Amino acid sequence: MSELTLTVMRLGFLAVLWLFVIVAVQVIRSDLFGTRVTQRGSRREAGRQQQAARQAPPQQRQQSGSGRRGRNAPTKLVVTEGTLTGTTVALQGQTITLGRAHDSTIVLDDDYASSRHARIYPDRDGQWIVEDLGSTNGTYLDRNRLTTPTPIALGAPIRIGKTVIELRK
Amino acid sequence: MSGTNTSPTHHTSTIGAIGAPSRRNTELALLAFAVVIPVFAYANVGLALNDSVPPGLLSYGLGLGLLAGVGHLVVRKFAPYADPLMLPLATLLNGLGLVAIWRLDQSKRLSNYAEAAPRQLLYSAMGVALLAVVLIFLKDHRVLQRYTYISMAGALFLLILPLVPGLGANIYGAKIWIKIPGLGTLQPGEFAKIALAVFFAGYLMVKRDALALASRRFMGLYLPRGRDLGPILVVWVISILILVFETDLGTSLLFFGMFVIMLYVATERTSWIVFGLLMSAVGAVGVASFEPHIQTRVQAWLDPMREFELSRAGVQDGVVHSEQAMQALWAFGSGGTLGTGLGQGNSDLIGFAANSDFILATFGEELGLAGVMAILLLYGLIIERGVRTALAARDPFGKLLAIGLSGAFGLQVFVVAGGVMGLIPLTGMTLPFVAYGGSSVIANWALIGILLRISDTARRPAPAPAGNPDAEMTQVVRPS
Repeated sequence: MSELTLTVMRLGFLAVLWLFVIVAVQVIRSDLFGTRVTQRGSRREAGRQQQAARQAPPQQRQQSGSGRRGRNAPTKLVVTEGTLTGTTVALQGQTITLGRAHDSTIVLDDDYASSRHARIYPDRDGQWIVEDLGSTNGTYLDRNRLTTPTPIALGAPIRIGKTVIELRK
Repeated sequence: MSGTNTSPTHHTSTIGAIGAPSRRNTELALLAFAVVIPVFAYANVGLALNDSVPPGLLSYGLGLGLLAGVGHLVVRKFAPYADPLMLPLATLLNGLGLVAIWRLDQSKRLSNYAEAAPRQLLYSAMGVALLAVVLIFLKDHRVLQRYTYISMAGALFLLILPLVPGLGANIYGAKIWIKIPGLGTLQPGEFAKIALAVFFAGYLMVKRDALALASRRFMGLYLPRGRDLGPILVVWVISILILVFETDLGTSLLFFGMFVIMLYVATERTSWIVFGLLMSAVGAVGVASFEPHIQTRVQAWLDPMREFELSRAGVQDGVVHSEQAMQALWAFGSGGTLGTGLGQGNSDLIGFAANSDFILATFGEELGLAGVMAILLLYGLIIERGVRTALAARDPFGKLLAIGLSGAFGLQVFVVAGGVMGLIPLTGMTLPFVAYGGSSVIANWALIGILLRISDTARRPAPAPAGNPDAEMTQVVRPS
């Protein structure tokens, strides 16, 4: 057997051995499992933000294709005051519920909020609407207490108890 | 939720147990890979030694493939959620060991020893059969908890067996074998390892609080109460007795080390590790001061070249001098970074233990540093999966058992590899799966079987929670 063949086999074997190690490590990487602990509060929103961001591009393409929303359509909802300050939620055509109930999109930790306080949803034209869900202390858009579902302007503050949120591009 | 919430991006859950996929197909692919590598090595050895592909290549490949296939099918049927990596890793190591043993069989220098590779293949088959038995009959590892004290008695019995006159066999200074007439020799210590892990896990699970909480703080360390020191003292005395009567440093270190690891994991007290290290150091030094067999081993470790020369000169001073430690170091040295190539080294010079205790030297010479690193990483991955299993296990007994088994496995690799490389005094132990030795291969396959069982229980998705009145408001999000 020629020297060259044996050298190639020797190095080839080492390469294959290491390839196995690398593949095994890759399997471990893709195998990290466990219970997903969902944090309440801002970290929970951050996690959701990441998830939403991952799924955002196809959604947005779809929306721009339908052409029903103008260029000034809001893309995210930002909490500007209150315990959740800094939290953002991407807007992708889904309804956002606010309240103290655990299953709300944004769980408010606020004594003045009701468990199902308000919801924000897009109407058929893509315009975002805020609706008070019969809360005890009311939902305010700018300074007016809501009585009917009302369209939201970009940057208009929505106040629920001590929490203020607004829509941004 | 209103009817508009049909978007798949709607996340409203607060619970989110991710259903771990069973990963059986990943395991199958890795197993195929793990069978191909040793077949490649086998062909490589044949080409290097005889210029031809060895005639047994097909049957060897089929044999190993059959073992892997049986293992896979049993896991698929009886432990469908078990860890996907352990079986391929063990198969690869076993296959590589078979190739190395076969390669040493081919050596003309070792031609007066019996062919070992066919026997090792038979032992591997028995090992996989035992793995299957463990997985089929051990439906739940917690059953072992009931046999806590029986395993202790069993382990002690197994450990004492080699000392029984007429049954024990003194092979090259260490008394860790028993002779079974007509069947050959058996190393009961390998099986005692598993039984002791079961005992320690069951015992520590009950006593962990007493050991962890009833202690005084002194200089940053938690000092346990005197009476809580009892168990560690008993295990220490037993391991010292092993050292004295069986003159086997490796087994002694393995058992004591395993106990200290499990004690640390059970109580989360660093002081146990400090005590353990101190006690093993005191014990080892104490015994070495009067036991000539151990003294020779320490001498060979401190100055292997002198030992080599004494052996060459044929000095007769009552103890066996061995050239092997120095030869193993030369083998590693001549291997260099990339090795001489399979079949082209001279590690067969090591002689009778080349295919058992010193098999790592063969890899060191023929695959070089790169190959030895890869092999040690394969061991590291098995241990990592074992520790990972312990982390994932939901019951304390399973956690401790998995830690104990993988800790013992890791210690064994350390003791052998460290001994052969000259890091610690050399002691007669087998490199799991790779080295020639029926007891070792069979016991380690059983060990993998128990780890697979624990990991199957740990990774099995929890049953779906019962529907509550609020259920329609909650959506469980699963990654698609």
